[in-house]
Amino acid sequence: MSIAAKANALWEYANPRKFLATSERVLPFFWISSALFLVVGLVWGFFFTPDDYKQGSTVKIIYLHVPSALMAINCWLMMLVTSLVWLVRRHHVSALAARAAAPIGIVMTLIALATGAIWGQPMWGTWWAWDPRLTSFLILFLFYLGYIALWEAIEDPDTAADLTSVLCIVGSVFAILSRYAVNFWNQGLHQGASVMRAGAITGTDTTEKVSNVFFYPLLTCIIGFVLLFIALVLYRTGTEIRARRIKALLARERVNG
Amino acid sequence: MMPDLGKYAETVLSSYAASIVLLVALVVFSILRGRKVRAEMEKIEQRMSRNG
Repeated sequence: MSIAAKANALWEYANPRKFLATSERVLPFFWISSALFLVVGLVWGFFFTPDDYKQGSTVKIIYLHVPSALMAINCWLMMLVTSLVWLVRRHHVSALAARAAAPIGIVMTLIALATGAIWGQPMWGTWWAWDPRLTSFLILFLFYLGYIALWEAIEDPDTAADLTSVLCIVGSVFAILSRYAVNFWNQGLHQGASVMRAGAITGTDTTEKVSNVFFYPLLTCIIGFVLLFIALVLYRTGTEIRARRIKALLARERVNG
Repeated sequence: MMPDLGKYAETVLSSYAASIVLLVALVVFSILRGRKVRAEMEKIEQRMSRNG
């Protein structure tokens, strides 16, 4: 099959029936594998890794803080892609996938902010600072709130999808800033990237990096979070498709008397 | 079995508790709403097929 044919085959999933049938088939794999990776990663990190020489046992917070922060940003980027698909191709499933992902993103942002504050108190001596990364994450959280509120506030689903897609494009600035704020404004309390940096992993740069003893269980947790995100997005998108069908059926019933 | 978390025990345990509560709540609420919506859709579909 050529690349163009493969790309065209992808659009078949814009059909709600095809999406539901496929997601129902793959969901058990994603639920089970996410649970496995999360349990193994968290148990490995919590029980079988040593304390850090500087941060003591608080280093164990990394197994929740980093994956949730990564997913908070990447969830918004996934919403950006599906919103653009909606704006360009008008596929309802993509708009509903963005809607379904938003509550997952807000929970991930909340976990990142909460664990960051709890971790920051003993390490920095404060729960909160108006540091570039922390501030951009707080703004990302507010964008998630606004995005969810906008979906709820507009009755016509197509208008809601249009307006939330535009909001998503605007909010993407903060999703990207929350990842790169440390690099842009080399200041603040939050450290620079020490995990997802190619040079740090391959050892080609000498800046401080996360030791492998922490990195491997962290990687396991990150994979677990990604799998859980996929499972939740597929499941919740299915729910949104069914909720939309209920509205259509009720409207048809009203018309038929 | 429980590792010695030293003076940061409260910090580490509260981070884990908050995160796990939020994650479990997200999964449980998603599944409960999913089941409710699916049941409602099936009920309406059955009613409509009965009424022609």
